[in-house]
Amino acid sequence: MTIIEVKPTKPWAATPADRFRDIVILLGAIVASFLFVAATPMKGKLAYFFTFFFFYMCATAGYKLVTRGNMAARDALVSSVVSIGAVATLIPIISILATVVSKGVKGLHWSLFTTDMSLATPTDPIVAGGLLHAITGTITLVVLSLIISVPIGILTALYMTEIKGRLIGPIRFLVQAMSGVPSIVAGLFILSSVLYPITKAYSGFMGVLALSILMIPTIARTSEEVLNLIPNDLREAGVALGGTQWRTVAMIVLPAAKSGLVTAMILGVARIAGETAPLLLLTGGGDRVNPNPFDGPMGSLPYYIWKSFNAGSPEAITRAWAGLLVLVLLVLILFTAARMLGGKKK
Amino acid sequence: MSTEVSPALNITPRVISTQPRRSDKVFRGVVTAGGLSSLLILGLIALFLGWRGFDVMRTQGISFITSSDWSISTDDLGNVVESNFGLAAMLVGTILCALIAVVIALPISVFSALFLNFYAPNWLKRILVSTIDMMAAFPSILFGIWGFLVLMPSVEYWAKLLHKYLGFIPIFDIKVPVYTRSPFVAGVVLAIMIIPIITSVSREVFSQAPLDRIQAAYALGATRWAMIKAVVIPHGRSGVIGGAMLGLGRAMGETVAVFTVLNIVFQINWQMLLGAGGNVASLIILKFGDASPYEINALMGAGLVLFILTLIVNGIANQIVKRTGKSGR
Amino acid sequence: MTTMETSKNMSTSNILPTTNVASLEARGIHAWFGSHHVLSDINLDFAPSTVTALIGPSGCGKSTFIRTLNRMHEFIPGAAMAGEVLLDGKDVYAPGTDVTKIRLKIGMVFQKPNPFPSMSIGENVLSGLKLAQLKVANKDDLLEECLERAGLWKEVKDRLNAHGGSLSGGQQQRLCIARALAVSPQVLVMDEPCSALDPGSTLKVEETISQLKASMTIIIVTHNMQQAARVSDYTAFFLSDGGPGQMIEYAPTSDIFSRPQDQRTENYVTGRFG
Repeated sequence: MTIIEVKPTKPWAATPADRFRDIVILLGAIVASFLFVAATPMKGKLAYFFTFFFFYMCATAGYKLVTRGNMAARDALVSSVVSIGAVATLIPIISILATVVSKGVKGLHWSLFTTDMSLATPTDPIVAGGLLHAITGTITLVVLSLIISVPIGILTALYMTEIKGRLIGPIRFLVQAMSGVPSIVAGLFILSSVLYPITKAYSGFMGVLALSILMIPTIARTSEEVLNLIPNDLREAGVALGGTQWRTVAMIVLPAAKSGLVTAMILGVARIAGETAPLLLLTGGGDRVNPNPFDGPMGSLPYYIWKSFNAGSPEAITRAWAGLLVLVLLVLILFTAARMLGGKKK
Repeated sequence: MSTEVSPALNITPRVISTQPRRSDKVFRGVVTAGGLSSLLILGLIALFLGWRGFDVMRTQGISFITSSDWSISTDDLGNVVESNFGLAAMLVGTILCALIAVVIALPISVFSALFLNFYAPNWLKRILVSTIDMMAAFPSILFGIWGFLVLMPSVEYWAKLLHKYLGFIPIFDIKVPVYTRSPFVAGVVLAIMIIPIITSVSREVFSQAPLDRIQAAYALGATRWAMIKAVVIPHGRSGVIGGAMLGLGRAMGETVAVFTVLNIVFQINWQMLLGAGGNVASLIILKFGDASPYEINALMGAGLVLFILTLIVNGIANQIVKRTGKSGR
Repeated sequence: MTTMETSKNMSTSNILPTTNVASLEARGIHAWFGSHHVLSDINLDFAPSTVTALIGPSGCGKSTFIRTLNRMHEFIPGAAMAGEVLLDGKDVYAPGTDVTKIRLKIGMVFQKPNPFPSMSIGENVLSGLKLAQLKVANKDDLLEECLERAGLWKEVKDRLNAHGGSLSGGQQQRLCIARALAVSPQVLVMDEPCSALDPGSTLKVEETISQLKASMTIIIVTHNMQQAARVSDYTAFFLSDGGPGQMIEYAPTSDIFSRPQDQRTENYVTGRFG
């Protein structure tokens, strides 16, 4: 008996011949769709898309029908349809990102980050005025919303994971219901309960209150998931060492969940950073940098974008795109940070 | 567990009680109070909107939701002379736009979720999942402006095609050829906004399809699609419906994106391709700027109606999703 | 139970095959999960209409081996293999082979009963036909025959429309056997089919196996050596010494239990380890 080194193989994987055949079918479908669109009065990107898809589907399913029979043909048909679903999901994302970057870049310039709009109107040339008031405003709103929402959100999560009282079912239901509250309703609520009866003036803080209503459920639900991942042994170890529940939670559970809780906060920020409707009702949207959230109108990125877009002139629209680009970058950075922190846990 | 106690002894379980320390009592109190904050906030929302809107709703009676007229006239001193506040057109529009959105988004989302779970290789799945989740975090004003400037010309073209070839179906019929800013356009924008939500809920419920049943189907000579039809779809069906309802709730409450692309007209319009629609949330933004205090109260009432509507839809959705497994996000 | 054949030359079929029964040969089977080599150089011939038991301690690669036979191995991410599996002389891993057809010919019964929860008892039995779109002349007859052969007909004939989940564990497992029979496989592989069952149900499943032998080749993985002795004609002993699992000994079942050739086999079958 000879000793031969045996190599692991994957006989089920596609062979080069299979790959070649797939590419031939793909190219064939592309060529067929071009010819078909040229030969018929159809026009537009959509026409290419649909004819290509049609030919590709027929070719793959037809091949399977001949080689493997009816069920394999159906399977191939569904594979094409399902892939098209994924492509249809991706097209808007790509289009949105491409538009924001290509249009937003035209409005970017340095004074955008150093000046506000107190001396300029949206229809002025793009070099006049800037985003400073909007950026500082959004940062102020986000930070204050965090200060309000994080304790409430985490306490809610702690109730569901540490206390596990009788109200756990109803509270989980209410938190979910709260995450479905339309942002405009949150805005109207603060308008009716605080702004009209008490302060009687627009201010950043009114916006903060409304944003907190939207942020609390996001933080509560993500924190609950994170805290549920903390193994029970840790809690038991804390109590077995004679610690009170309070000290166990504060010294062991929360520190162990730290990075997950930061992820929850970031996701909460991403949820509200671009929120527009309540700010339109509550903040008054000033044009100058306003460091005091409790007094006077306060600008923000969404408000700036909204105002510029509605001003309608080409300069104003360019401003709106520049604002959107900054806002999207902010959200993307936050989102990536949340992913990286969250990914490390697993 | 199997303690052999004769029933005659009638032993009652001993009650184990601990006397929590004071710090723990405080801790539990604080946490419970925090937990109850959601109840408090939701209750206060209903209370304040109801209180503000009460006058208007009492004066209008049932016509607040059955009439489509929204008008107010005041004398020189600002006193209300005559007012009519009816939400019917806005409610119809809200439901119409949201339904269009779900009808478009549901198949795309289910296909995407199937693709992610059963077709995509692992590396592609990871990229796609984070991309789609990221899309869920895009600000709604971005969808609105992109929808208005980039998407609308294409959608108008599709609307014309729909009218040309499917115009015999009443909902695709249109009397006046005005395709701009129609409920259909708003529905497409909303569909794009809710695809990530329905996709992630569907993905979650599909991934919980029992692995041993999946293997059983394959061992019986099933193709991938036959397996999905026999095992995954029956398992995930109700969860997907729940996800679609979550999307519906989100679409009904959306404000800025709809306001940007929709032409608001105070007339009930079921012709989805016609450039005249309504939306409760957009109405609030539209009228808020120059509304008198009395009209503001009417808008508060409209907010209450919207609040209750989304609460019901979301409540049902969450119950359905919960029944299938872990709740979706 | 049955009298054991003593002939050593199993690969040549001196037993007349019935129309549907096929032989199965494993040639130099290796298996990997990622870089982890779990199974090394298994050569086994399964003659038509015999029952072969695979025994050995946990983690010796028995289950992996039978999953390479009907190509269920490849569903595990990172799985790889080497060697050939010949079904009536044709390699099931040959390029261009329709894997769904292979799985129709080599049926499988799993460790835990897994009836489809969304289907009734009757639908479960016939689910294989639906999944592979097979045509059959008389569904009711087939349903009755399969349940009869799986020893379940008397217990469920009045409630064929009831939920599969309403049956006991043992009944569910026999339902899964009936489901595998409905597509008339040539070979049936069973992965510890009785490990989740009570003794009464185990006995019924064993009776079923003895009856099925006439019409198909059966390969059964079991931890229960009495079961192997009761139902099988041949027995293969698998063992892993920390490295990949290997086949230590293969012989007619009576020989394995009465006069094992290898010391390790003797230790295992006499209960000294495992």
